[in-house]
Amino acid sequence: MSRVAIQVENISKMYRLGSIGSKTISEDLNRTFARILGKKDPYAQIGQLNDRLSAAHSDFVWSLKDINFEVNQGDALGIIGKNGAGKSTLLKILSRVTGPTTGSIKIKGRVASLLEVGTGFHPDLSGRDNIFMNGAILGMNRAEIRARFDEIVEFSGVGNYIDTPVKRYSSGMYVRLAFAVAAHLEPDILIVDEVLAVGDAEFQKKCLGKMQDVNKKDGRTILFVSHNMAAINNFCRTSILMEKGTIVDSGLTRDVVNTYFSSVKTNGGEALEKDILVSSQNDSLKFKRVALVGNAGVSNTFGLDEDIVCEIEYEVIKSNTKVVPSIQLLDKYGECILATFNAPSSTIGIDRYFGEVQSQGVYKTQCVLPKHLLNDTQYFISAYLSSDINFSDMTAAPEVLSFQMIDTGEMKQEYTGNWNGQIRPKIQWSTIQLS
Amino acid sequence: MKDKEKWDILIKPNSNLFEFRLNEVWKYKYLIAMFVKRDFISVYKQTILGPLWFLLQPVFTTLTYLLIFKNIAHLSTDNIPPVLFYMSGILFWNYFSTSFLKTADTFTTNAGVFGKVYFPRLTVPIATIISTFISFGIQLFFFLIIYVYYLIIGEVHFTIGYASIIIPFLIVLMAILSMGMGTIISAMTTKYRDLRFLITFGIQLLMYATPVVYPMSIVTDPKIKLLLYLNPMTSIIETFRYIVLGAGSYSPSALLYSFVATFIIAILGIAIFNKVEKNFMDTI
Repeated sequence: MSRVAIQVENISKMYRLGSIGSKTISEDLNRTFARILGKKDPYAQIGQLNDRLSAAHSDFVWSLKDINFEVNQGDALGIIGKNGAGKSTLLKILSRVTGPTTGSIKIKGRVASLLEVGTGFHPDLSGRDNIFMNGAILGMNRAEIRARFDEIVEFSGVGNYIDTPVKRYSSGMYVRLAFAVAAHLEPDILIVDEVLAVGDAEFQKKCLGKMQDVNKKDGRTILFVSHNMAAINNFCRTSILMEKGTIVDSGLTRDVVNTYFSSVKTNGGEALEKDILVSSQNDSLKFKRVALVGNAGVSNTFGLDEDIVCEIEYEVIKSNTKVVPSIQLLDKYGECILATFNAPSSTIGIDRYFGEVQSQGVYKTQCVLPKHLLNDTQYFISAYLSSDINFSDMTAAPEVLSFQMIDTGEMKQEYTGNWNGQIRPKIQWSTIQLS
Repeated sequence: MKDKEKWDILIKPNSNLFEFRLNEVWKYKYLIAMFVKRDFISVYKQTILGPLWFLLQPVFTTLTYLLIFKNIAHLSTDNIPPVLFYMSGILFWNYFSTSFLKTADTFTTNAGVFGKVYFPRLTVPIATIISTFISFGIQLFFFLIIYVYYLIIGEVHFTIGYASIIIPFLIVLMAILSMGMGTIISAMTTKYRDLRFLITFGIQLLMYATPVVYPMSIVTDPKIKLLLYLNPMTSIIETFRYIVLGAGSYSPSALLYSFVATFIIAILGIAIFNKVEKNFMDTI
């Protein structure tokens, strides 16, 4: 029988925009009187849902609004959502760094949280002292920490520097030690927020492995916030999706991730200049339009047996600019599957503008993603324009389009179930009898 | 029934103002020990003289007072050798002002740690008054050495009697008073930053409302006398001088007043502190 480890009921959190605290003492007094009289906070009435994109109408926003969920003991729950959706606020309330405005949370067991890097380290103390300090912060005594000390040092890989003050550590060493302490001090509930963004790939892998151990072997509960969908998907069986301070979807991680992606992009296979969000800008190159064209014209769904033409229209603002267009195909977790550009040695046929300086004007370049390449799942296209072959100064439109591949039945005549993998090319098979 | 289940942690918006959760603080006693160690070590880390600073501070202050208040201003020291007189006052006042100022800064100096992990915040001011007590202890010991020297050369007479058993009580009273006042200020500085500037010179002024550089015996106006006794530190320092140096005044009612005032201030301080600790991260 699975017991509930965390029960979150109607949690809301209100923040005030612009100013810190109350503006005037009279406002403070008003609030106090209202509270004494048992009325609601007079300044809380006009709160609105948090939305970064539209300007706020009032001074108050609900960073979280009526959050309800339960986590069973031993579960790993993923929390996903865009920046500003309220994920970190939720974790802060759960780890008791800040209080909720309304609602209640009930928790069983000891909680350790890794919010940001180097949770509660003191720069002047050595790594050794900080391990003890951190353990103490988690409510452990000396003996309990000493029993796990060697394991922590070994995992963190900072053994040589254990008696050096942590202010001399590199940021990587800092995170390693911080994570090692939190993961080894055996909290009943471990809260992890994006810490894996720091540290090298090898250590990230080690962390995920350790979290998996803590979760699966020791049966401890984990809450995990990340933008790395692949990690969430591998690690958490269930997830919740947050948007503007509310939970918009919850359930099996695979489904929630799909909801997330379909909510991110729904531009119907075509993005015009005004809709294209660029993450970097080359001064002489500008996107006009990016589109995907199949047998039936512009679309965001294609059959496996369809050639997909990716069209990029761009404007050369300054004459005598070389243009190197490129695209990346990403899977639904944002991992790159392939990258391609128009250099003759990597293309079929030759693009006559490759390596030429181009005069002012609008151009259209296109490439074909051949049929029988992709699987029946969701993909993203990122488009880039660069003025040199080193891709240093780029106008970049990451994940500008998303599209869905559909198996129209062509490859599912024998087997009809789910097909694993990011690509599904037709492969030659043969069998011969050897004896 | 779910409600009958035992939950270890309950997070709610507003807790009872007078719910101190002191048992939780007790659970974190090892953390308090770590904080004390940290405070004590990090103060004199990377200094040349190290712990010697604990002694240099009162010595230099005593010399300065000797010059200004004794030799220039000719203030009475109640026939006590001026060195002992000033040092006893400085000892107590230093402890009080140091732990008061440190406690008052609790939230601002620890914002980094408080923003990332939870532990009972009250552990920090408690650790502060303990770590300040260590330096106080060293200074007190030094004071006793000088006292013995004056005993030997015969400039003071040995007057310490049974009454000395209340000295520990005086020290604890002073510690709790400084923490109580500090926590009140610390809770308010999270909202009103101006207070930080106010208290740094306010504490300097308050010293003159405490018999540190003068004895109570030279205060003759009863109104001013009453005013000075409103300061709970007054009777603490006067009582200490009375017991150890045999001069000064000792009045049970004044001491009782100090005790009650300290008690009220401490309760109030902890209550406000507990209330603020929950949401201060949003305002700091």
